[in-house]
Amino acid sequence: MTDLIEVIQNKFPDLVESSHSQCGDQTVVLKKEGLLTVMKYVQHEPSLHFNMLMDLTAVDYWAQLRKPRFDVVYHLYSTTKNHRLRIKVQVSEKECEVDSLTSFWPSANWFEREVWDMFGVKFKGHPNMKRILMYEEFKGHPLRKDYMYNKRQPLVGPVN
Amino acid sequence: MSEYSKLDVTQETIDAETEGMTINMGPAHPAMHGVVRLIMNLDGERIRKVDVEIGYLHRAFEKSAEQAGYLQVIPYTDRLNYVSPLINNFGYASAVEKLMGIETTERCQFIRVIMSEISRVSDHLTCVGASAMELGAFTAFLYLMKAREYLYELVEEVTGARLTISYVRIGGVKADFPEGFKGRALNAIKEVRKVLKETNQLLTRNRIFMDRLEGIGLISQEDAIAHGITGPFLRSTGCDFDLRKASPYWVYDRIDFDVPVGSRGDNYDRYLVRLEEMEQSMRIIEKAFALMKEGSIRVDAQGKEIPASLMVDEAKMGNTKGFWQFEPQVDPTLEGTAKKNQKAIYPDVEDKKEFMLPAKENTYGNIEGLMNHFKLIMIGHGTSPPKGEVYFPVEGGNGELGFYVVSDGTDRPYRVRVHPPCFPIMSALPKMLEGDMVADVIATFGSVNMIAGELDR
Repeated sequence: MTDLIEVIQNKFPDLVESSHSQCGDQTVVLKKEGLLTVMKYVQHEPSLHFNMLMDLTAVDYWAQLRKPRFDVVYHLYSTTKNHRLRIKVQVSEKECEVDSLTSFWPSANWFEREVWDMFGVKFKGHPNMKRILMYEEFKGHPLRKDYMYNKRQPLVGPVN
Repeated sequence: MSEYSKLDVTQETIDAETEGMTINMGPAHPAMHGVVRLIMNLDGERIRKVDVEIGYLHRAFEKSAEQAGYLQVIPYTDRLNYVSPLINNFGYASAVEKLMGIETTERCQFIRVIMSEISRVSDHLTCVGASAMELGAFTAFLYLMKAREYLYELVEEVTGARLTISYVRIGGVKADFPEGFKGRALNAIKEVRKVLKETNQLLTRNRIFMDRLEGIGLISQEDAIAHGITGPFLRSTGCDFDLRKASPYWVYDRIDFDVPVGSRGDNYDRYLVRLEEMEQSMRIIEKAFALMKEGSIRVDAQGKEIPASLMVDEAKMGNTKGFWQFEPQVDPTLEGTAKKNQKAIYPDVEDKKEFMLPAKENTYGNIEGLMNHFKLIMIGHGTSPPKGEVYFPVEGGNGELGFYVVSDGTDRPYRVRVHPPCFPIMSALPKMLEGDMVADVIATFGSVNMIAGELDR
């Protein structure tokens, strides 16, 4: 197995914040501004060739009082090289925005909408930043840790 | 243009601006399985644009999983893909096991493989049967439901339930196969093969069926990969990505099977791929039964094997003698009457913590069992995996089913994320539908095998 962390660290030494390979999952934490550069590289570099954005989600570390508050987590997979990589970007509550990857992988479209819906993290350049699982009139973002799980909201119909 | 020119129309009529009609399909439409809404813009009968609206079955699985202990998430996973709940069960448990750094026993892995493949066959049977029925082939649907019944009977026999099975435990499974199960399972496979042969004769070269499926719902391999599609859907486009081969988990690397691939990526290819996958799954089941050995089916939180004899719930088998007349006694030293027995069973484990709930007779019969149960269930007392994060994918009925579990070191998961396999497929649905006729929506949507339970979570 190639050490993907090393490849990325050598290529972009000042964009990588930290890295680990817990339980065998290779993980790179990137600086927010470096996301598009690195993603473009890992998608097109022939030795990496991550042609599939398998999963995109976020984790809210509010309960652990961590700052910046959110992690946006990307799981990449390459069907030709058969390897996986997890890339994370930390997002603060104040500037709750990351660059959208919809132009790289169309699968990011719905995943990013879900993250916006559930966590309230916006994606810059997304063509259709709408809620996906909840309805438009829903208030708040349910997977944030400060959204109480037993909080109730009336189901309201469309306004128009 | 060529179709229009056959009609007797002038050039002006052809060039005239047409106004699209917006038509709404679902959520209360029988072919939309009751839970998804397509907003289509039509030009005559041709589809110009499709918007897919999901979320009608959102039940906050991920939020609920954060409130429950690691063990208590298992029943929620039954309700993800409710046609093959066993695969979800095993996927979640394997993710937590990977997080804890333990590996379950060999027999348990074989059990997981066999039960997963039974679920996969029933999943594909449902998909093929339902989509055939929606195209008018009702007989095929009844035949396939009959075949699925044989498999559900097996599932019921092993797990005690048909749908909400909760069969897995972290570090193992709830119970071993009952006596004589192997013979009955192999018999059931024989019956399923018979039914599949009949269905094959009914459908595969059926003129009407082929006309409805061939060349419809096309998607290229590049598009499928870019949309993150996995499973039989991706394999129908010619890419042979199958997690059981690409990164074998459990004992799949010891079992020989083929991965069927299509070539065009249309509805007919998807039907054929599913049909062949069922055959391969049954091959896996037969091989696994042949390779399987006797042994323990569980490990504890340290990764140590728990002998099978310890976990037998005698009361469940009707051996209640001496148990239902059991009188709890308070030891004068308040140490508990069964403590020395407990010590004899686990001589070298001091703080014996595991994910397995004790057998019911112990919970109700002695204080140690009750405390063990209490300790596992109460918040803040259960077994806690180390801090960290893990992603574990398994091959589900529709593709890669991944569990991303984040632990903060307590006994409740900090975050559980499911990568639902039909989510990316649904996001690519407009791409497949646009340009087709409105009647093809049923055929294409049927081949997606959308399961709202895992799509909306």
